Amino acid sequence: MSISRKLYSFPGGIHLPENKLQSLGLPIQSVPLPDKLILPLQQHIGAVAKAIVKAGDLVKKGQCLAQPQGFVSASFHAPTSGTIVEIAEHEIPHVSGLSGLCIVLQPDGEESWCELQPIADFNAAAPAELVEKIRQSGITGMGGAGFPTSVKLSPPANAKIETLIINAVECEPYITADDMLMREQAAGVIEGVLILTHILKNREAIIAIEDNKPNAITAMQHALTGLSEPHCIEIAIIPTRYPSGGEKQLIQNLTGKEVPSGKPPLHVGIVVQNTATTYAIHRAISHGEPLISRIVTLTGEALNKPGNYEALLGTPIEHLLQLAEIDNKKLSRLIMGGPMMGFALDSTELPIVKTTNCLLAANSAEYPEPTPANACIRCGACAEVCPASLLPQQLFWFSMGGELDKAEQYNLADCIECGACSYVCPSRIPLVQYYRATKGELAQRSADLKQSDHARDRFEFRESRLAREKAEKDAKRKARAAASAKAQAAKKAAAALAEKEGGAPATGGETDMVAAALARVEAKKAEAKKTEQKQDVESTTEQKEAVTESVEAPSKPQDPS
Amino acid sequence: MKLAKVTSPHLHGNNDTSQVMKLVILATLPGLIALVWFFGWGVLINLLWAWVVALGCEALVVKIRKRPLGYYLNDYSALVTATLIGLALPPLAPWWLTVVGVGFAIIIAKHLYGGLGSNPFNPAAVGYVVLLISFPVEMSSWLPARGVEGAITPGFLDSLKSIFPLFGNVGVDVITQATPLDQLKQRPGLTISEIWLPGSAFGRFAGVGWEWVNIGFLIGGLFLLFRKIIYWQIPVAMLGSLLLMSLIFWGGSGSEGHGSPLFHLLSGATMLCAFFIATDPVTAAASHRGRLIYGAGIGVLIYVIRVWGNYPDAVAFSVLLMNFCAPLIDHYVQPRTYGHSKNDHDKSGDS
Repeated sequence: MSISRKLYSFPGGIHLPENKLQSLGLPIQSVPLPDKLILPLQQHIGAVAKAIVKAGDLVKKGQCLAQPQGFVSASFHAPTSGTIVEIAEHEIPHVSGLSGLCIVLQPDGEESWCELQPIADFNAAAPAELVEKIRQSGITGMGGAGFPTSVKLSPPANAKIETLIINAVECEPYITADDMLMREQAAGVIEGVLILTHILKNREAIIAIEDNKPNAITAMQHALTGLSEPHCIEIAIIPTRYPSGGEKQLIQNLTGKEVPSGKPPLHVGIVVQNTATTYAIHRAISHGEPLISRIVTLTGEALNKPGNYEALLGTPIEHLLQLAEIDNKKLSRLIMGGPMMGFALDSTELPIVKTTNCLLAANSAEYPEPTPANACIRCGACAEVCPASLLPQQLFWFSMGGELDKAEQYNLADCIECGACSYVCPSRIPLVQYYRATKGELAQRSADLKQSDHARDRFEFRESRLAREKAEKDAKRKARAAASAKAQAAKKAAAALAEKEGGAPATGGETDMVAAALARVEAKKAEAKKTEQKQDVESTTEQKEAVTESVEAPSKPQDPS
Repeated sequence: MKLAKVTSPHLHGNNDTSQVMKLVILATLPGLIALVWFFGWGVLINLLWAWVVALGCEALVVKIRKRPLGYYLNDYSALVTATLIGLALPPLAPWWLTVVGVGFAIIIAKHLYGGLGSNPFNPAAVGYVVLLISFPVEMSSWLPARGVEGAITPGFLDSLKSIFPLFGNVGVDVITQATPLDQLKQRPGLTISEIWLPGSAFGRFAGVGWEWVNIGFLIGGLFLLFRKIIYWQIPVAMLGSLLLMSLIFWGGSGSEGHGSPLFHLLSGATMLCAFFIATDPVTAAASHRGRLIYGAGIGVLIYVIRVWGNYPDAVAFSVLLMNFCAPLIDHYVQPRTYGHSKNDHDKSGDS
């Protein structure tokens, strides 16, 4: 069944030394409880989770520790039972090297579970109920960026999902976590696919595996043929070529469709889920277990016992490295993720998070210090391998020159940072590094632009409000003036009427007094004017003297300073 | 324990710019052997002298620019430029001709524009054009190829002495002769069959010797294609357009004839240009379609200048003229990015 699927292709790509055998020698190893677990509140893309426990609390295994805040966010749970030691800033495994708020849990060794609520028959459950269960189980994408899974599974009501793709490609060298998972838990992964199909009502489900994993393919095919119920699942074996596991490349490879720039795959009726995520969904629905552990590949020349380890989230890296018998003398570079897209860590105190699929402890022979780059000779090797059909040499040129508009125009935003261009560059230019920096500048610029637009809008609104208020005030004043004029006229009319009726005005004495006061004021003013003129004359003479002095000044010997 | 903080990708392939340059030089070997066979040791002496001059100029400029010397000399790019000029010079070109040409190429055309990767014009083509315009007599003093009637191919010492007169006077008089391309151009009223005689400078398909020189560079070029040092678009487009032009305007073997397509493909520096000069990535167009346009432009220009222009061969001029156009081509011919419709670039370009 798997051979029948027509494969398309994707442009570019490279063949890399695989280095996968090293970590495939042992079955998945269990990990003894570490002294403490460090759980970052942000292990996913989206809003930071909110802690719902405090220091000193006793928690059960699987108990929720932090709740999602907002739609795009994820909760997480206690990987084991124990005591909350603190909620404090701690270094987190992030490419920025920054620290973040973490819940620190001290295991009590009991491993006592909280009460679990599995959904016995998912086929009988409403999709919305299943999605909510997945959301409450804290499941996020476990292969790449860590996007909350429930969001992907909540398409708009009018969206029609044609294809569900399970990304079991694992195209990065060294990593074998998904490979081992499929070998050992094929039935669980298939069960996860069935649950997803029930939720999404997709027409077809494709499990895509690179042809360098024959054992995983056999296991999955076996599990699939063992399925008693009718299903729409097929296994597609795709040729090994990096980055065939990139979401966009995989979609293109399997369906021939391209996801429009800046849009999610949903736009073309496709949802892509990672293998480990799919398995986690099965655990959450069929066993009620939230996401508290994952399989991590520990590999690299600095380890004596490389393999795949099922580690609790929050396990310090040091704990795992010890287990894999690290030789600290050899270790020169520690990479979280694969060698093409993973990031180097500068500490072994960091914890495992939901997206940690691999720890690569490399020695300096395997990964030597980068040599200084030569000049770009525009050979175009980068453009040949770019899976997004960009012109990397031009983008590099624009990045170097700070030409942000040009970089944007040449679609820098569509770069998936797979690193194929840097890999083939004969001048060893760290191209992706330049692109990341320029992407950052572009993001900053658009944020600044947004802010200045916002400020201008506010200013303009204020101006118009003030003008409006002034106009309103003026109108009111005019109305008042008109009203008082009217009243005055009425008064005068009334007075005239009274005069006519009663002869001499009653206020005759008062007018005399006013006239006398006015005369007094006039006299005072005249006197003041006289004295003012006198002063004026004096001040003019003073000014004249000052002028003569200043004219003479230059003839005086100048100050040497 | 200090852990390296390096950004991804952490892996690197084995490609290497200096390796690329070395292979390009190596690939000129078949053509070089043919040149030496037909025109004597002067070709090799020119080449080695050009190397010395190029390294000297490169070192001088790098020193003035206060850059690390070994790092720059190790990229072999100066040697590639020197090789291309050295192969294009007449076999007994006086030593100072090489100094002027290579010096201009390295110092002015390359380093004054910012060095390797930043030069808009092909340094070798610039150096050659400067010589052609400034010293037309010296630049057109080619020897008749071995096999042409009356041709004497000078030995090593004679060649050395004619290039460097310091080593003493030349023992034998060497006869110079116009190249076949030149002879085809300067034939007052004669038909092609009238000049294409046994024992003349014309051989089976093109000039005696020249056809083999071109085949030599073709073989070297195919090696570069095979090793993926160059991409097929430029040579194929260039040779294709030259073929097309010479087919359309052939005109037979009468007095109005402009030479057969095969004559044009195997004459002068056609193959050297197609695989070694036009393919210089620094000064060429970047995208696939762009390279096709760029290569085709060079082919058309070579024919136009050869047939209706003032120069018998026009490789360097054509390359330089298309160098001017490369940024323009790159602007208008961009590949369609994943997830974009075809017109995306134009829209954003206009805004």
